[in-house]
Parts: sequence; structure tokens; C-alpha cells
Amino acid sequence: MSDYILEMNGITKEFTGIKALDDVNFKVERGEIHCLIGENGAGKSTLMKVLSGVYPYGTYKGDIVFEGEIQKFNEINDSVKAGIAIIYQELALFPDLTVYENIFAGNEIRKGPFVDWNETIIQATQMLKKVKLNVDPETLIKDLGVGKQQLVEIAKTLSKNVKLLILDEPTAALNENDSENLLELLKELRAQGITCIMISHKLKEVISIADKATILRDGQTVCTLDAHKGEISESVIIKNMVGREIEDIYPKRLDHQFGETVLELNNWSAYDSQLGRDVVKNANLHVKQGEIIGVAGLMGSGRTELALSIFGNPKKYKLNGNMQVQGQPVSFKHTSDAIKAGIAYVTEDRKGNGLFLIKDIKSNVTAAHLKGISSRGVLNLNEEVMVGSQYKDSLHIKASSLEQIVGNLSGGNQQKVSLGKWLFTGPKILILDEPTRGIDVGAKFEIYTIMNELIKEGMSIIMISSELNEIIGMSDRIYVMAEGKITGELSKEETTQEAIMELATQ
Amino acid sequence: MSFFNEAKFLIKSNIRDYGMYIALFVIMLTFAIMTDGLFMSSRNISNLLDSAGYIAVLAVGMTLVIVIRHIDLSVGFVAGFLGAVAAIFLTQIGMSVWLVIPIVLIFGIFIGLFNGFLVAKIGIPSFVATLAGMLIFRGALLNVTESTGTIIVNDDLFNALGNGFIPSLMEVNGLHLLSLLVGLIGIILYIYSEISNRRNKAKYGFDVMSPKIFIIKLVLVSFIIGYITWVLAGYNGFSWTVVIMLLVVVVYHFLSTKTVLGRNIYAVGSNPEAAHLSGINVTKITLIVFGSMGMLAALSGILFTARLQSATTTAGTLFELDAIAAAYVGGVSSAGGVGKVTGAIIGAIVMASLSSGMNLLGVGISYQYMIRGGVLAAAVIFDVMTRRQRA
Repeated sequence: MSDYILEMNGITKEFTGIKALDDVNFKVERGEIHCLIGENGAGKSTLMKVLSGVYPYGTYKGDIVFEGEIQKFNEINDSVKAGIAIIYQELALFPDLTVYENIFAGNEIRKGPFVDWNETIIQATQMLKKVKLNVDPETLIKDLGVGKQQLVEIAKTLSKNVKLLILDEPTAALNENDSENLLELLKELRAQGITCIMISHKLKEVISIADKATILRDGQTVCTLDAHKGEISESVIIKNMVGREIEDIYPKRLDHQFGETVLELNNWSAYDSQLGRDVVKNANLHVKQGEIIGVAGLMGSGRTELALSIFGNPKKYKLNGNMQVQGQPVSFKHTSDAIKAGIAYVTEDRKGNGLFLIKDIKSNVTAAHLKGISSRGVLNLNEEVMVGSQYKDSLHIKASSLEQIVGNLSGGNQQKVSLGKWLFTGPKILILDEPTRGIDVGAKFEIYTIMNELIKEGMSIIMISSELNEIIGMSDRIYVMAEGKITGELSKEETTQEAIMELATQ
Repeated sequence: MSFFNEAKFLIKSNIRDYGMYIALFVIMLTFAIMTDGLFMSSRNISNLLDSAGYIAVLAVGMTLVIVIRHIDLSVGFVAGFLGAVAAIFLTQIGMSVWLVIPIVLIFGIFIGLFNGFLVAKIGIPSFVATLAGMLIFRGALLNVTESTGTIIVNDDLFNALGNGFIPSLMEVNGLHLLSLLVGLIGIILYIYSEISNRRNKAKYGFDVMSPKIFIIKLVLVSFIIGYITWVLAGYNGFSWTVVIMLLVVVVYHFLSTKTVLGRNIYAVGSNPEAAHLSGINVTKITLIVFGSMGMLAALSGILFTARLQSATTTAGTLFELDAIAAAYVGGVSSAGGVGKVTGAIIGAIVMASLSSGMNLLGVGISYQYMIRGGVLAAAVIFDVMTRRQRA
């Protein structure tokens, strides 16, 4: 007889007639790492919100049995008291407070009516040791990298005597090193008896860490796989997630000839006066027409900075060196100059600086190229609807109408809107920064397919990605960056994950 | 879709936009009943619109400033100061009105651009930068009026901007003929633009409103324009203030909804970083919006001086807060990117109606402030609730 710490039986949750969860059964054994997998919109987040009390008892059907008792959570605090803690993708830390203040925020150690700061620092240091984070507890959160912030967040939950730890895509924003550290830590916590539910899109991780994996599809439980019975493998997971076989994660590409060099950088450097150092150092790079260039490297290696320095230098670095677009030397004063020259940059952080979340689909698509729908500064709003629906159809953006607010779309569809916005500028060189971050396998495949169509039409693509598989699967040629330098160039044939990692950690 | 379903759908999806029109209607109706029709008399409506004028033009500019996530606290005393400058030019230097007005408007633009420069180029928070401006121009106003005290303006042409009416040509049954003609032209232009708009949409093959609803809308709006014209024609017709106010609304409505510049302003407001990365020059847009605010402050100062026929030492006091209140009642959002120029005008008229109606009823000034504060809070609550519903 198994010892279940959590049983969710027959959970059904409706939103105005639409079943987000339909009779979901989800059982987690004490002391295991249980991965929850599914495409975007499959119901993972909703299920976790039911569990944590975001959706209070009574708004859903079914039972939550935690530690052998039926639980009736009315708010998040109730589930926290019971020992359930969730760490969301977007971290909930206070950037201007110190590490120790953050760890005990909302859970302050008191002496009478006052906060006992000395005791707080002592306990915070112990928590940091538990998560193997070697920083001074008085450091400000904003001075830590994302990977370390993640660990602080875990330390914070551990300080609350957590029995069940839920992580929502913990490694989405982390580089390979930090991801590995985090997974190691989870294994250690498992050894200490903490049960863990992890939501993830990264199948490699799931395979390396999960004891069990439950797959959701369209609000229903598809199956629960057991690693110890050898049931977990990439192909099995994908098959169950999408409900169909994906022969290959990367769509087939027909061989084609590359054209002339469209972009060339010589001894290209960018100096960040705020950081006081070069964020890009002596980069030499060229891109041919119809080529997909992969730019690999760890986080902070200067990939995004390289892209920004090319794209009109919106961050105001001091630039050095030569850039040529289609054989002509250029220097851009503003992003609008870069757009005019045929460069487009799809940002890494689509919510933060890519999209206008409160605006609708059509005005997002036209935002970077209003010239295309106006004459002498006056807009043709009917033309805008035409353009909007054209991209909605060609990029398969799933939305009720063109007037739908972009902030309400799923990650994959937001990414397509972002892509549509840049395609409408008619670029010759498309820079994609982490184009598939946080989107599901199905949407990824669609994005890859679109990329293949674009290069067939003669566009060139520079793809920045932290996912080595994606870099290797999609690129014709790969540049690897480390500490602002391009440390190597690899052709499609000679590329392996190991080769990239070796260059990235130089 | 059946007739009623379509009407219901239209109302439901546009409730946010229609909300303040409904509020204005309810307020006017309430006062009309409580004052036995005195509130809706030609004379009162005419006075009400004139008294809203100098705040309304400020509210239009303020809406755009708030849309790009900034604020301008200096506009009140900029208006007061430039109103005094206009008075000095007219009385002490003896310049002609036709010279004074453009010069003062240009001064306004420069003051606005300077505010914009502090905010966009130097990076000072707009609250602080314009608070400094507020103190500086309060001082400047006192400085230029210190030796003379209140400056009386005797130029009839100038004073007409605040008190005068467009010429009547001739009276028809006691009604103002030219005003009736203006109203009629307004209705014809409105119907023409709606029909050509509909035709254009049909040409692109888009869905349009069913003919029944379309005709009801045309009749309703035409009736409202006609009614207001008829009410005003019963007194002295359209005042120059109302004409200027209408011009400002038409121009700014067109700029903000139908041009690339307008779209860029809203883009900067909804996400400045994304706007920058979309090739929009955020600095330039900020300068333009503050420059336009300065120009409208100058216009407000001219209207106010003309209305009082004099420049006083305290002119412009609290104009900025009235303008901000009008903008918020008109549906602007402090989170940026949302807010309409037409809403700002309606907001200003709502606030003026409250003052006017309560004055007629003899409500004490202490209660007037409380009630106006309550309406402002209610407007923002309504705004927040309807937005939550949509999300």
C-alpha cells in the first residue's frame, strides 16, 4: 500500500461553461519528485491553483486529500499553513531588500512586538546553507543572478516548514549550470523527506529527475508514468502530451543555397558605462542570406547585448568596430534606423519589452510599422484590420478575434503576435532572442516551421537560445559566446552539445 | 443576430466608453428635475459650457500626458502667468490681439517643451519637475502683477474669446440663426462621415452594424447635437469659448485616434520599453506631448483672462487639479496607454455640471467639494471594475 501525501480526486473546475479541469486525478507519494507535464492550457496551472487555495473550496468539484485529511482551503494562507508551498515562474521577491529580509518576509521572527533581526540573520544563514547558496545574507536581491534568486525563493519556503514544495517551471529562466545545481538541490531535498511537484516543459530535466510524471491534456489526466518501472522517455511523454506522434521535434528542412552575406561585424565591441566593462568584445560574425545562425552561450555571456548593439543600440552602449548590412557600412542612431535597414529583433522578454499587453492583436502587429497602414501620417484603420487578420491566419494565432487583448493570450500565441509584428516590418535579418522560452512543444514546432518558411523566402535568421537541442536542431552555423567574446564557430556537422558547452565555459 | 441581441452586445462591449455619457445624462436629468427645468435653460447651459472651457482644454492635454504615464502640475500657474502676459501685451505694450494670441501660444509650447526636456532627457520624475514649474510660474505670475495688481483688459475683441458669441446674422423666432446653421452643418458632417466610414468597411468586407441599429445611432446622435444647438440658439448661440473647445476636441480626437503620432503616443504609454524597441522615439513623443500641454495651458490662460476681462494675481490656482480630475472622470488610466480626448471633455463638463447644478440648488460650498470628490472616486471605481470584468 502506497503512502500518498496528496490525493486529488475527481477535480473539475469550470470557467463560465468551459471545463478547465475535467475529472482530474492526481496522486503524489511521500518523498518523491513528481513532474506535472502538459501543453500550455492543458490545466497544470489551474490544478495547482486549486491545490493552493487560489480557487477556494466550493468553486471546484472533487476532493483534495492532504496528509490523509480532506482539505478545504479558502485562501492561499490555509494551504501554506498545511505545509504546501508554490514557487511561481515569476519570482515573488523584493529586489531592494536583503536576502535575509526576503527569506522571512511575511513570516518575521518576533521578540515581543518587534522583529528580532539578529535571530533572523542567524536562521537565514542556516537556510542558505540548506540550499547551498554561498552569499552574504545582507546582499540585496537585485544584485543576485536569477539562479541565485531562485535558491533564495526556495530557502524562503523551507523556512515555513514546507512538506510539499511545488515549482512552476523553475529552470525556465536559468542557464544550464544553474539548472543543474537546482536539480541537484531538489534531489537533496528529496533525501531530506520533502515531497516535490515540478511543472516543466523541459523533457530532459523530467527524465533526469522525476520519480513519476503525470501528463495532463485538455484538462484531463492522460496517464501517470513511473520512472522506476522504466516508463519515462522523451517519445512516450511527447506522444501523450500532444496526443499524436511527433516524428521529429524539429521540422524537416529542404536543402537550399545560401546567398550573399547580409550582415557582417568586424571587431565589434560594446561598452556598458553602467557596468563599466565591455559586454561585447571584438566580435567577428557574418550572416548569409537564407541562413539560420545560432548564438549559444550561458546567461550573461553577452548574447542579448550583442543583439541589442546591432539593433540600433537601444541600451546606449559605446560601440566600436564595423557593421555592414548588405555590403554597406552602417551605424544606427536609433532602433528606427535599424528597422529601416531591414533588421528586426524579437525580444527575449515578450511581456516586459516585446508586446503592448493592454492593446489588441491588430495594433500590436502594426506597432513597429505604422507606415505600412498609413499615408502622410494618417492611419487607415480598415487596412490595419486586413493586416492583422492576415498575420493571425498565416501564423495560426489562436484568438477569439483581432480585438482580443494580447495580455490574455497564451505564451505561444503571444510569441506569434510578437513575431507577426516584426514580420510586418518586412525584415531581411530577423533576430530571435529565446523564441521558444516558456511555450509548449506544439507551439514550438509551429515556430520552427515558420522559421523554415522564412529562410525559404530569403530571410536570414539569428537565433539566440539557451536550449542546446534547439540550437543544434535548427541552426546552419553556430557561434558560441562566453563573457562577451565569441569563443568559437561551429558548423552544423561538427556540433555536439559537449562542443558547445566547452566553448561556452571558456 | 436579432435586433435586441445586437444592441445588448454593443452596449455590453462598449460600456466603458459609454459610461461617462450615461453618467453625464443622469446628472443633467437629475438637476433638470430638481430645479424644475432651470438647469437645462438656454442661459444656464451656455454659462455652464463657458465655465468649463478653460478646464476642458487643459484636461485634453492632461489626458495625453497621463496616457504616457506622466503628470503636469505646472499647467495651472503656467495658464495664470501666460494669461497675465497676454494682458500685459495688450494693455501695456498695445499689441494687436492677432499678434498676442500666437505669441502666447508659442510661449506655452516652449514652457511645455522645457518640462518635457527635464522629464525625457534629464530623467527627472514628471511629478517633481512640474511641481518645480508650478512654484516657478506662481512666482512669475506674482512678479508680473506685483506692481499693477489686477490688470484690467479693455480689448473687446480679446474679451469676446471668454464672453462673446458668434454673430447671429439674424434672429428667427428668437433663435440664433448662425448657430442653428452651425449645428445643422455639424449633423450633416457627422452623418456623412458615419456613412462613408460604413461604406469603406463594407468595401473591405468587414462586418458592419445592422441597418436598424445604424439608423438609430445616427438619429440619436443627430438629435443630441440638434438639441444642444437648439438650447444654445435660444440664448446667445454658440460662444467663442465653445467653438474653441470644439475645435480643440476635433483636432485632438483626430490626432489621437487616426494618426501615426497618436498611435505612437498610446504605444509609449502602454509599454515604453516595447515602444522604444519598436522604433518609436520615446523622447520625441514625450517632448511633443508636453509641448502640446504647454500650448493648451497658454490657451487656457487666454480663455480665463478673457472671461474675467482681467489678469489677477491668483489666476490659475488649482486649475491643474481640476484638469486632472476631469481627465480621470473622463476615463484615463494612470497605468498608461488608456484614455480618450473626448472623455476628457465629457469629464470637464460633468464636473462643471455638478458645480452649476449644486449652485442652482443652493448647496453649500462645503458639500459641493465633498460631492465632487465622491463623483471623482466613483468614476475611477467604475473604471477599475469594468476593466477587471474585461480581463
